[in-house]
Parts: sequence; C-alpha cells; structure tokens
Amino acid sequence: MKERADSNQGQLFADGDDKVDKTDKTDKQKPVAADKGADKGADKGERAGAGVTAEHMAKKQREISVSEFFTKNRHLLGFDSPRKALLTAVKEAIDNSLDACEEGRILPDLKVKIARIGTSEKQFTMTVEDNGPGIVKAQVPNVFGRLLYGSKFHRLRQSRGQQGIGISAAGMYGQLTTGAPVRVRSKPGKKSVPLAYEIRIDTAKNRPDATDKVIEWDKDHGTEVSIDMEGEYRRGQKSVEEFLKLMAVANPHVHLVYTDPDNVVTEYLRATNELPKEVEEIKPHPHGVELGILLKMIQESDNRTVSAFLQQDFSRVGPTCAKAICELAGVKPETNPRRLETATVQRLKAAIDATKIMAPPLSCIAPIGEDLIIAGLKKEVDADFYVATSRKPVVYRGHPFAIEVGIAYGKPGDTLTMTDAGKIVEVAKQKADNDEVLMGAADEPIRLIRFANRVPLVFQQSACAITKAVIATNWKNYGMQQPRGALPIGPMVVFVHIASVWVPFTSESKEAIASYDEILEELRLALMESGRKLGIHVRKGRKLAGEFKKRNYIETYIPHLVVALKDILKLDDKDASKARNNLTVVLEKSRKL
Amino acid sequence: MAAKKFVPKEQPQKKARGPLSDLDKVTLREIKNCAVHVHQKIQKQDKPELKFPDRSLRNARYDKKDGYFVMGRSRVERTLTVNTVKSFAQTLKMMALSKQLVDEDDFATKREAYYVSKNWDEAKFDEQPESDAAMDDIEALFSLEGVMREHLRFKADEHGGKVAGQMIVLDRERDSGNELRIDCTKFGSASYAIPTSVEHLGFETKAKFVLVIETIGMFERLSQHNYWKTANCILIGTAGVPTRATRRFVRKLSDAHKLPVYAFNDCDPYAFSNIYRTLKVGSGNAVHLNQFFCVPHARFLGVSPQDIVDYELPTHALKDVDIKRAQDMLKNDPFFQAHKEWQKAIEMMLKSGQRAEQQALAKHGLNFVIDEYLPRKLKEVAKFLP
Repeated sequence: MKERADSNQGQLFADGDDKVDKTDKTDKQKPVAADKGADKGADKGERAGAGVTAEHMAKKQREISVSEFFTKNRHLLGFDSPRKALLTAVKEAIDNSLDACEEGRILPDLKVKIARIGTSEKQFTMTVEDNGPGIVKAQVPNVFGRLLYGSKFHRLRQSRGQQGIGISAAGMYGQLTTGAPVRVRSKPGKKSVPLAYEIRIDTAKNRPDATDKVIEWDKDHGTEVSIDMEGEYRRGQKSVEEFLKLMAVANPHVHLVYTDPDNVVTEYLRATNELPKEVEEIKPHPHGVELGILLKMIQESDNRTVSAFLQQDFSRVGPTCAKAICELAGVKPETNPRRLETATVQRLKAAIDATKIMAPPLSCIAPIGEDLIIAGLKKEVDADFYVATSRKPVVYRGHPFAIEVGIAYGKPGDTLTMTDAGKIVEVAKQKADNDEVLMGAADEPIRLIRFANRVPLVFQQSACAITKAVIATNWKNYGMQQPRGALPIGPMVVFVHIASVWVPFTSESKEAIASYDEILEELRLALMESGRKLGIHVRKGRKLAGEFKKRNYIETYIPHLVVALKDILKLDDKDASKARNNLTVVLEKSRKL
Repeated sequence: MAAKKFVPKEQPQKKARGPLSDLDKVTLREIKNCAVHVHQKIQKQDKPELKFPDRSLRNARYDKKDGYFVMGRSRVERTLTVNTVKSFAQTLKMMALSKQLVDEDDFATKREAYYVSKNWDEAKFDEQPESDAAMDDIEALFSLEGVMREHLRFKADEHGGKVAGQMIVLDRERDSGNELRIDCTKFGSASYAIPTSVEHLGFETKAKFVLVIETIGMFERLSQHNYWKTANCILIGTAGVPTRATRRFVRKLSDAHKLPVYAFNDCDPYAFSNIYRTLKVGSGNAVHLNQFFCVPHARFLGVSPQDIVDYELPTHALKDVDIKRAQDMLKNDPFFQAHKEWQKAIEMMLKSGQRAEQQALAKHGLNFVIDEYLPRKLKEVAKFLP
C-alpha cells in the first residue's frame, strides 16, 4: 500500500476501498474533486517485482456502483437499524412529495400509511401518497430506481432533498430486505393517463428495471410510492408518529393523514393555506466554491472567456469584479477557461477568495416566519407561552441561510394565570392527556426539535451545531435551570430551523448540521432573542406561583385565627364571617402584584 | 379480628367552677383585651399587631442592687402579614386554650398543650419548642400585668430538683386541702423532689445554708454520706440548669429562713453562665419573670479556676464552643460585665485553656470532697465568687 501511495502523490483516495469510484479515468492531468475516486493508472511499471504488481492489483480494481456502495454503507444514508430504516423511508418519501407539491405550487395533501406485511412484526409496507404534480413516465424509473439521480443536486435552491439519494435508497433497502420491487403510481396531470410501475434496481449497474401498466386512479394528479421493507415499528421518541408531528410543526401548510399498523388514523390539519414563498434558484456565489467544484464548473461551462465564465456562472460578479479577480490571479480575462492549467485555476481560486464580492441574493431563502412557527407550535404542542424569532438571511461560505427559533414553554395545568378580577387560577389544558406529547416534565431536559429546510432532524442530536448552540446559550439568564454543558431543564420545546440553499449536513443521512462559525453565531443570536422574551414570561410565572402559594397560605390560616377570636370574644357567626372577610382583605391588600 | 376503631367520647360538660381568683380575673382580662385589640384592627381593615417584650439577653439589664436581670423596654412588634399569619393564628389559639383552662379550672403541661394543638389542623405545632415559644410569648406579653405561665394554666413538664436535708416542707393534700408535713430526712435512699408548682409551699428548718449542686452524682455522694447532717445544710441537686420551679423553691426557702445559698458546679463556661448565672440572676429568655425566679444572693462556692490550681485537679482542654461561650460572656453578658472577680476567673480559665468537673476531686479520694474540700472552702465564704 505504501509504495503505491508514494507513487500517487496528491491523490487522496489512492485505494478505492469503500469510496465511490469515478468513471472518468482517462485524463491524468486534472486533479479531481476530493470525494471522487483516484487515478490508479500512474507509473505502473516502475514498481514491478516489488511484491504484488500494480498490474496484478489492477485486475482487482473495478468500478463500484453507487448501489453496491450503498448496500455496504447503508448506515451513511440512515438505514442502519430496522427501526430507523422505516422512519428514514417515510421521511424521504415525504421530502420528495412536499418538494414536488411546493414547486408545483400545490397545497400538499398527503396520505401516509404503514402496514404490516401479513402478521409479521418485522416486515412493513410503507406508502406515501401526494397530490403533487406527478412524474412523467420517462423519469419515474430513474427517480425511484437510481441513486444520485435527481433535479436538486445541481442547483442552488432551498429544498428538502439535496442529492437524489433518499427515495431510491429507501427502495433499494426495501428490495434488499424483502426482495420486493418499489411500487409507484403517478399521474402527471389531469389529462394524463395514470400509470402503475414496478421498479427493480440493478444494484450492480445502478440502473432501474421498470415495468408499467395503465390503471384507474381517481385523482387529478399526484404520486404514490409503496415500499416493502424490513422494519421495526415502535411508538414514542424517534418514531414515525413523532416525525410526522414534527413535520407538521414546521410545515403548517401541510395536511396529512397517517394510518399506523394498527389502523389508527391521525390527522394533521393545516394551520395556514399559504404555501411557503416560492424560492428562486441562484447561481453559486464565488466564495462558496471549492477548487474541485470550480474545476468542474469550468469543464461544464459554455462560456469561452474567463471573464464571461465568472460573470455568468456565478452570482454577484460583474465586469469590474471579474476584471479585478483576473488581475489578481494574473489571468487574461479573455482566456478560454478550459485551457487554464490546474495551478492557474488554483491562483484564480485564491484571487476569488481575496476579492471582496457582494453577498449572494437572499431572496432564495424562504423562512417559515415567526407567525407560522408559532402557529405550527400551537397546533402540535400544548403550552402556555409561545415565542419565535426569524433572523434575516446571512451567508456562510457563499451560501445564504437563515436561522429561526421558536419556543413553547409551560405545561398548561401545571401553571397559573391571573384573571382580570385579580384571582390566580390554574391554566386549563387544551389537549387530551393521551396525545403524543412533545414537551417533557418540569424536571426533565427541554425537548429540542431541529429542522433543516423544514425537515425534522431526528437523529444525532448531540453532533449537531444546533444542539451545541442551545447548550452554549446561558438559559439561566432566562429563568431556566441548566446543568453545566447540557440542555436546560424545564417544560419547554425549543424549535430551531435552518433554511439554506445548501444545508451543511455532517453526513449523507442528513441528521446533523455542521458547526460553521457563521451558523453558530446566527443560532446564538436567534436563541438569545427568543430567550429574552421567554425570560420575561418565566419570571412573571414564577412571581405568580409564589403569590399563589402565599395566598393559599393566608387562606389556610385565616380561619384558625378567626376561630380563636371567636372563642375568646364569643363572637357570633355573622361577626366571625365579617372578621374573616376583613382579614382576607387586609392580607391581600398588602400583596398587590 | 380487627380491633375496634377508637372513637373518643364527647367530653362531658365541665361542672361550674368556683369563684375566680383575682389573678384569674387578670388573666382573663388580659386575654380578652388582646383579642379585642386584634379584632378592632381587623374591623377597621388595618393590619393587627402584637407587641411582645424582647425576650433576649440584649434586652436584659443587670443592676447589682436589684440582683437580677431586669427586662428592658425593647419590644418586638409582630404585625400580621403573610409570613406571620401562621404564628399569629397559633398565638391566638394558644390564648383561647388558656382562657378555656382558666374557665374550667384545669391546667395543661407544656407537652399536653403541644398535643392539644394537634387538633388545630394546619395551625398545629410541628414540634414542641414552637408551642413553648408561643407560650413564652404570651407569658411575656402579660408579665407586665404580673401574669405568669402558671396563671395561664400551663405547667412545665420539666423535672424538679432533688432535695436532702433537715427540713420539713409544708404542702397540702390535693383532695382535702389539709396541711401535709413532708420530712425531707425520711426518704431513705430516695430524696424529696421539687414539684412543678411551689408557690404554696412552706418550710421549717434549722439548717445554716443551702448547697445547690450541679450534678446528681455529686448530690448522691453528699446526701448518701449524710453531708447535710455534718454540715447542717440543705442539699439541692439540679441536674444541669435549674428549672423555674427549682429556682423558685431555692428562692422561697432561702427568703423564708434567710439562708445563704452556695452553688457547687463544674468549672467550665457552661456551668458559670447557663447554670450559675441563671440561678442567680435569671436568663435572657425568661427576662420578664426573673424577679421571682432567681436567687440574687447566691454565691459561687466552686469549682473555680483557682481551685484547679489549688487542689491540683485533673483537667480537660476547653473545646471551641467553650472558648466561644467564655468570650461571649465577657463581651455580651451584663452579669459578668458587672463583676470584676468573674472576669478575672474567666480570663484565668481562658488562659489555662482547661476545665474541670466536680468529680475531678475524687482524684484525692472519693470522700475528699466531704472531708477536705467543702469544709476548707466553707471556712472562707468571703472568697466565693459573686
């Protein structure tokens, strides 16, 4: 291994162990993006005779299909345990449905169903049906049967899905564990013919193998996907129910009906009829581009001069700016970008980084907004107090993003309120006790619910930048208890949402946000802003609780005092009750809030 | 079979009592006045308040001429607020109980009163010290009118002291009221016990002095060896701080026959301040009634710090609390501040850092105390600490 690594200097993944290989092996001149496979053809002859020859090795070296890669690394995509697999599949299907609905400007109406296969507790059919725009026949097999195939990877636009792995990975997981194909029904428009598909995935070639037939489907448009898969169905934390509830919090415009394996139906109603703002697609901002991407963009560009390339393939680069970059890099603006040496491209990249460029347009970000965050929380979390903060979008590494925070605090029934008449009474509960409850008890850590582009992040809480920011916030300032280095304690749900054209996840299973300084700072500011409003409420509640206790205390002892007076002075009942009333007035008069 | 649940019988109506004594009338009047005051304030929708004398050493004044601690003018005002409503209710309930006891010519021990309060639901006392404090408050409140706890019909449930010596105590039979003559020499190996109420007692004796002894061990030694006979004295064992009744008994006895009173204690700060000083001038806590419950002409026979040197007594090192107490005595106790001799003695003890017990005299022989120590000390009464 060592010898070969020596001979392949600069290649990051010299041996193609578990990494996705690259198909393009012909051009040795160009370094490739860091996550792509390596060029293994170099300098083969020189080492002949030293143990196993490179030629010998070369026989074993072959392309690895992404599908094969997946089967060996399904944990990377969120299919590591049967329980998690079921949730991940639902999540991916819903992501796709909602993205499609919103792009088609249709208010989403979803039906989710999980059913046991036979009486098995280990195999389930997961079905998600939407009223989206549907998918044309030519694309159906690719969308559901081919990994890394999608519309979202190549563009910078705020959407739930990012890379075109999710639903096909779910299908592949299903096929691997049950042998059954993915079943899809789709009707791409009112006048189109609805088709039913059965899609098998050729895992060796990453190619779908689909059959289709015409069906009757009483629906204007929409798509339904069913996957048979091995799974484990449980309620409680990290369950499908919880995921759907969280989804409903962050997507108050979605109507969803869920049928669980016991045929219990839960309906999540809309809190608004407004679709999220339509988001624009933007070109990459120069500051967010890494060398590998820059090289790839140069390859794919239609522009024949560096200047035009900079101006037209990036956002926020004008003639002056392009000229400045070229000068700094020592490149003639009229050079054909494809002719640039790698070293020159490196200089170009350095020049871009050194040049001040206007921040990318922020119109591509569609935050949920404070009102709808509160509406979503109110709909799903029964609390006394709601507050939300929606920060203006800012930029990390050339990618615009916005942070939003919502807080639901206090369990009704455990808390007090003051009536207009000055009486202190317990707050009535709004929801039934048996409902799935997000909020913990007063002596438990708060519940942190994380979202990226409106998708709940259920796993890897501790690895997430959001969690780090919540822990780093000093909640004691806002009247909460907080053990050192941990989440605060109390009956509270903290909602945190990051909206971005490119959410920096720590892994492909999209479970945790990477800790970029800019993101941490925005999180800090948003949490503080909501925290301050929370603090006012918490302190008010605490004061009220203290007052309530004192008033109870007074009311406990007044009768005894009056009885004693009655005994000594032989007061009649009328005088005694008069004394009692006066005494109550005297004591409460001294305790005006 | 399960035992039948106990259901208390309805208490029969008390028989009409005899005529009220003058003091009973004062007691009832004071209770009523207090309740009227509170009630009037409430009717005016004002916060009622009760003013209690400050029962603490801070409010104690010592005058050598009076010979006991006198209560100063300091008052603690307790206004009815959220924080005081419970103790306010409890104090009034306690007064109501007292009124009932006077009306019915009955009494309750402090412990019994505490248990009566268990009927008061939320207003009950959790621990006896709380009910004792409420009782002391009421007593202090009325003490200005000469009303004492005994008049409120609350009795101490503390033990009395033990008595040995040639003396007849004149008491009354409880039912007939006939005079009862109790010969204190006729108790064999036991001894006469001072009752909780001593006001009605009379004494006949020819003894020369009263010896008040801190420990029962020493009292037993002296009484069993008939020291009272040899020295012609009356021995009183207090077992620690003398109770009110013991103090009152010693006072009445010594007043009746003009007998000098000598205290025989351990040699440590607690014995000086809490035991001897309380016997002689009273305590801060009972400052409102020291007038009656102290023995101002008592003198301290020993064991003094000088005795430790003179008799080469075995000692123990003073503990931190001892040192703190001794320093506090010098700094804050008006009695010790008024007596140079005591200051010197305490300073001597602090300097040596040692304390000694009465029983340390046994180093020289078990009866050294009878044969040598007490006779020698009694020859020089003038040298006793004041």
